[in-house]
Amino acid sequence: MTELHRLTLAELNEGLRARRFSSVELTRHFLARIERFNPGLNAFITVTGERALAAAQKADATLAAGEAQALTGLPLVHKDIFCTDGVLTTCASRMLSNFIAPYDATVVERLSQAGVVMLGKTNMDEFAMGSSNENSWYGPVRNPWDPKKVPGGSSGGSAAAVAARLAPAGTGTDTGGSIRQPAALTGITGFKPTYGRVSRYGMIAFASSLDQAGVLTRTVRDAAMLLAQMAGFDPRDSTSVDTPVPDYVGGLEQPLAGLKVGLLKEFFEKGLDEESGRLIREALRLYEKLGARLIEVSLPNLPLSVPTYYVVAPAECSSNLSRFDATRFGYRCENPQDLLDLYKRSRGEGFGDEVKRRIMTGTYVLSAGYYDAYYLRAQKVRRLITDDFARAFREVDVLMGPTSPTPAFDIGAKVDDPVTMYLNDIYTIGANLAGLPGVSLPCGQSGGLPVGLQIIGPHFAEAKLLNVAHWYQRETQWHEQVPRGYE
Amino acid sequence: MSLTRHDVENIAHLARLAIAQEQLPVYVDSLSKILSFVEQLNAADTAAVEPMAHPLATQVQRMRPDEVVDVDRHEKYQRNAPSVAAGLYLVPKVIE
Repeated sequence: MTELHRLTLAELNEGLRARRFSSVELTRHFLARIERFNPGLNAFITVTGERALAAAQKADATLAAGEAQALTGLPLVHKDIFCTDGVLTTCASRMLSNFIAPYDATVVERLSQAGVVMLGKTNMDEFAMGSSNENSWYGPVRNPWDPKKVPGGSSGGSAAAVAARLAPAGTGTDTGGSIRQPAALTGITGFKPTYGRVSRYGMIAFASSLDQAGVLTRTVRDAAMLLAQMAGFDPRDSTSVDTPVPDYVGGLEQPLAGLKVGLLKEFFEKGLDEESGRLIREALRLYEKLGARLIEVSLPNLPLSVPTYYVVAPAECSSNLSRFDATRFGYRCENPQDLLDLYKRSRGEGFGDEVKRRIMTGTYVLSAGYYDAYYLRAQKVRRLITDDFARAFREVDVLMGPTSPTPAFDIGAKVDDPVTMYLNDIYTIGANLAGLPGVSLPCGQSGGLPVGLQIIGPHFAEAKLLNVAHWYQRETQWHEQVPRGYE
Repeated sequence: MSLTRHDVENIAHLARLAIAQEQLPVYVDSLSKILSFVEQLNAADTAAVEPMAHPLATQVQRMRPDEVVDVDRHEKYQRNAPSVAAGLYLVPKVIE
């Protein structure tokens, strides 16, 4: 059974149904790998072994009775931002280090109903604020390709777990690139759906107009299988969109002839690692061979996406995180003198540096006298960027470019300068501001570290995006690369 | 944009965050850097642009009937509270 972790979710699904192995065997196999490798990676905040084995036993009974759901018996990990009924849900914050979620997030509920077995909750940047997974109360996650490097963030724990084959798939959230960037830096597939496609209910809020749940997997097919279960209308999320979910898996093999691919001119300008740029151009040539036409497009306002994001996201964060008042749940300081002291010290001690920095940035840009100059202006530029994308999609079907300007960087290299860290997300933030779906695929290595190809589509074009991305994995083997020691 | 120590103290107060005195210069420096960075936005011509609060232009906030849809789970919820008594959340005395 030593080879089970080498199989993709789709292959595991087939094996379970053919009874080549049981869900209990599969679950034990992954739990053993987590026990062996997690101390070196720190990818998990909580491992739910007993619960997983109980769920696997139930799954085996369901499979034996011939009553299996779409994903019955398949193991998976959840980012610790999703509420899981009866299980510690920390958002990697001291503030929630004692919080046992009293209900399931819709994402968790839907995947459970489809039959998945949760192996545990993964580490992340605190409240999803970060691009390196260094901002966690539970310590940094290490990149399985090189333990001195970051795995990216904020969904770095899910990314490291999937890359190291400690789980076949993980959930994540993407507010400014938090699924796509760690997927790129760890050599796996990361898919962020359209804003409103997957419910945000029970997903701890960071920036509500940008947050979107998605998946980190080994292949596009696996992503399609999971999204098929996660996507769809949820009345409990006020911005959930009530539009039908197409057959994501069924559409994967559609031919690409005539596909119009937009090359984002701004993505190939200064700042892009040379070798990464070469690999992306190589990937584009492959699409040309598959029948696609490459068209250079320009999004003139895109360079303003990072400053726009760092006004809008902190503003929404300062509002969302005001709910942490040390009264109804969460960390409370010792011996508060009065109510104001209770609020201030509990929040001051409960939040980490980056979270406090963003709350303060948000408080400032929303404060009297500065609101128009910062927040209102950023919302206007957000529209200019969104209009740029809309104009591009009148000419092309999808946009392609790099996911991240460089491969994984050293732990500690960028912690002293927030602005340098923020610029990591320069290629991913645009899709969040415009609410667009995006995917990152492994497309080669630069200096022995994985590089990601990013594909962005119009609103609700998930099926198209999966189809286009799947073809790349039909023609290349980059998604099969495994970091040394984890084979 | 360069913030002063006093500015940061005021922002921290508004945000209900206790910041240690020795940490203040760190926040003065990093918040000033962030605000200078976002000043690039001034370069954009936004005179005739409507601000955008939500990425899906055609979406409107849904209304729902004002009905009870959940069961009473306050006991379960209160298990996460730092301090409760008789079903109430306890905080330091507010009124003398």
